[in-house]
Amino acid sequence: MVALEPTTDPDPQVLPRRDGADHTRRRARRWTLGLMLGLLVSMVAGTALGAVYVPFTSVVEVIGHHLFLVPAEQTWSGPRDSIIWDVRLPRVLLATLVGAGLAVTGMALQAMVRNLLADPYLLGVNSGASTGAAAAILFGVTLGIGEHALSASAFVGAMAASVLVYAVARSAGRVTSTRLLLAGVAVGYALQAVTSFLIFASDSAEGARSVMFWLLGSLALAEWGQPLTLATVVVLLTVGVLTVLGRRLDALAVGDETALALGVSPERLRTALLVLVALCVAVVVSAAGSIGFVGLVVPHLARRAVGAAHVRAVPVAALMGAILLIWADIGARVLLAPQEIPIGIITAVVGAPFLLILVRRLQATAA
Amino acid sequence: MIAAEGLRFAYDRRPVLDGVSFEAREGRVLGLLGPNGSGKTTALRTLYGSLRPQQGRVTLGGRPISTLGPRAISQRLAVVVQESDAESMLTVREMVTLGRLPRLSTFQRTGTEDHAAVEVALERVGAQHLARRRYAELSGGERQRVLVARALAQEADFLLLDEPTNHLDIRYQHEVLGLVREVATSAVVVLHDLNLAARYCDDLVLLESGRVAATGSPDEVLDPALLERVYGIGVTRTDVGSHPQLLFHPLDRLERLSR
Repeated sequence: MVALEPTTDPDPQVLPRRDGADHTRRRARRWTLGLMLGLLVSMVAGTALGAVYVPFTSVVEVIGHHLFLVPAEQTWSGPRDSIIWDVRLPRVLLATLVGAGLAVTGMALQAMVRNLLADPYLLGVNSGASTGAAAAILFGVTLGIGEHALSASAFVGAMAASVLVYAVARSAGRVTSTRLLLAGVAVGYALQAVTSFLIFASDSAEGARSVMFWLLGSLALAEWGQPLTLATVVVLLTVGVLTVLGRRLDALAVGDETALALGVSPERLRTALLVLVALCVAVVVSAAGSIGFVGLVVPHLARRAVGAAHVRAVPVAALMGAILLIWADIGARVLLAPQEIPIGIITAVVGAPFLLILVRRLQATAA
Repeated sequence: MIAAEGLRFAYDRRPVLDGVSFEAREGRVLGLLGPNGSGKTTALRTLYGSLRPQQGRVTLGGRPISTLGPRAISQRLAVVVQESDAESMLTVREMVTLGRLPRLSTFQRTGTEDHAAVEVALERVGAQHLARRRYAELSGGERQRVLVARALAQEADFLLLDEPTNHLDIRYQHEVLGLVREVATSAVVVLHDLNLAARYCDDLVLLESGRVAATGSPDEVLDPALLERVYGIGVTRTDVGSHPQLLFHPLDRLERLSR
């Protein structure tokens, strides 16, 4: 037996100090509550701001009316109702989901491959989605799905890419972090080549422009309907599962042998995470294109705020990602209004300096 | 008791373990010794199910560990592995709390009992003052302490350590092994340093090219003639108190030929 003091029935008088653990928890709780409030405010702002400004109070009224019939009477114009309820609100919701989804999948992948520069696109999922989207835009490959052809085609491409990555990573035996990384990069490049070829082979300049726009990411396609419902379910599920598996992610992030020593099969955990993450990224990318930097930068911000333990960092990353993306989308709509800037440009402009600061800090602590 | 019975293991077709048997008994510290590539670490990894022997088996209290899942094994064996994430942002306390993972179900939050076990473990290795520091910022000796604390927090029956003195200076080498002696009554330790083995282990297993060259007490196993054969180096033994201590010197050509 390992000689440990009895812990099953500790005497309250000699119970060890645990203010350290409490401190971390309190800090995380403060951050989480603050960010929830921030998210609420951002969502209202995202609905109010745009090419046409709608007062905050009006936004609250319209949403209250649609959700709870409070106020019961519609006292505002039809177009205003439509701008808020049909155009902006679904768009803000999609921004919330995409931001949260990218942030938590980025965090999961950083733990899975033990690399702080991993992001959700590491698995080639977005390259697959791009290929699917390009095929749909340029050659009308609609897979007979009609209305949501673009998203559906992108989703199929994304899932196909992740299956391919997994198959390649698996082919030599165990799915290690290095193999997963290399397989993702290889499949990603190959699919990018396919996408470029599709653009090159098509005659349509207009089509090429749409593909470009899609590649840089946009939330303009947001509307009430099945894709939004699907994104809601998948993103909430992903955030929930990653939070619950937080301690296992911590162990996996330290190393495979450590995970095993703590009773977690690294192989099985990595495979389960791969399925979940691929599904989430596929849903997000097929709805909004490849929006860069969010999945790379937000996990670092979250860890800086509440520490690296995933139980606390995952929900915080989700909230931060959502808020960041809502404001990036506001920027995309407002900065050059009435023209819309691809949101990927905004996130890159905001994200790249963050990353540079991070690199400097990392070097400082490593030295 | 952990029993290794006729373990055979080969990477590709190169045998690393070739019929290795030994027993680690409760209440004793067992040292696994041998030159580089003799199979020490491989043998240890088969004990906790990280590697599956191609032949032979490992039993834990009479049960083959191949019938136990990783979780069941981790409740009975706590392993200090030779692996640490240099960029880990976890604090020391969080790192030690991971030791409670085998005791918590998926949806269970850490409770009073877990926090108490973590604090006790930190105290036992004298690392309470480090609790809020980041693991990655610690020195090698401090990190090793923290990993021992994590293993203690597991409250397992056996402690398994893979070269815990690696990269540590001489003082920390003694400190870490002294700590193991103090906190763990049942342990299996892979060691390079024969003098440390002599001082801190009750039983020794000496491996040579994947086979057991000798087992027994330090007094029996640390035989100069045997060590000269296994390591290919000259050995002089003097006994300090009840502990054998060894001095090493290279064999010149003539000596090597004559032996």
